[in-house]
Amino acid sequence: MSAWETLLGIVGMGLITALTRGFFLFPKRELPLPDWARQGLRYAPLAALAAVVVPEIVMTQGHLISTWKDARLFAVAVSTAYFFWRRGILGTIVSGTAVMLALRLGLGW
Amino acid sequence: MAGISLGISAWGLVTGVAMIKSGLSVPLALAMSLLVFAGSSQLASLPLIAAGAPLWVLWATAFCVNLRFVIFSAHWRLYFGHLPFWQRIRLSYFAADLNYVVFLRRFPDMKPAPEQLPYYWGGVALNWSAWQVPSIAGIFLANQVPTEWGLGFAGILALLGLSYSLLSDKGTWISAGVASCAAVAAYALPLRLNIVVAIAAAVAVGLLLEHFVPPPPKKTEARS
Repeated sequence: MSAWETLLGIVGMGLITALTRGFFLFPKRELPLPDWARQGLRYAPLAALAAVVVPEIVMTQGHLISTWKDARLFAVAVSTAYFFWRRGILGTIVSGTAVMLALRLGLGW
Repeated sequence: MAGISLGISAWGLVTGVAMIKSGLSVPLALAMSLLVFAGSSQLASLPLIAAGAPLWVLWATAFCVNLRFVIFSAHWRLYFGHLPFWQRIRLSYFAADLNYVVFLRRFPDMKPAPEQLPYYWGGVALNWSAWQVPSIAGIFLANQVPTEWGLGFAGILALLGLSYSLLSDKGTWISAGVASCAAVAAYALPLRLNIVVAIAAAVAVGLLLEHFVPPPPKKTEARS
């Protein structure tokens, strides 16, 4: 992507922030939300996040990783354990990143 | 709110670092932080920008990640719907997750009151600076840290935690599982279309589950 195209992408994302945050505040009259849309809205954000996150964890250069000596796997395992133990996002990031750095810098994985 | 701001700041710092480590230049990363001002959609966009995905896939992904704000806006309307158009737009642009949670806890009645506007802008100012200052610091610090450390991965861990926090019932677990498998299985598709495929599959499965799977049967004693 060229710098200008990336900038266009970023400006568009800024407009999407404004559009989604204000969605039901824009029209003068109240808009009814159909049931199927309300239900679909429950699943789409999580699906988008999972679709971005999971390939970043289990794939390298477009292929499933074939070694367990990958710092990402251990970072994710520790982050996951922390999240379901304490439910805090901050600790989830910090614990996983610490494991990541230890394995990368210590063992060169 | 101070306690939660600390979490926001850490998340902002991670996002600032991740933007640089994914290959964005400093001016582009600054533009993204100041214009987009939505951590999860920024982080989700980084692998797509790095892979050169087409703009519509980038925007569709940002839109889906941001869909929760659409729901929030229906609630904001109950408080701010009577205000003039441009004021509504200005208010809503700054309405991050944290502001929504804190505001609804403080004003659970869902009707307008005069003290709401100052309270809102105070919360927004705090949240905006708690986010932007560390984010911009992260952008400049990241240039000092070698890429081999893999700090960009902290952004993925942040998104991972956010995803876990959205898992509530069986339907969300199953549809997230479907999205993950579909995103990996369809990875070979060009233009990062695997993301679009995964979202479509997960929403379809979620809707099917709600419509066609009967609720679990109640326990009956008449089992002889």
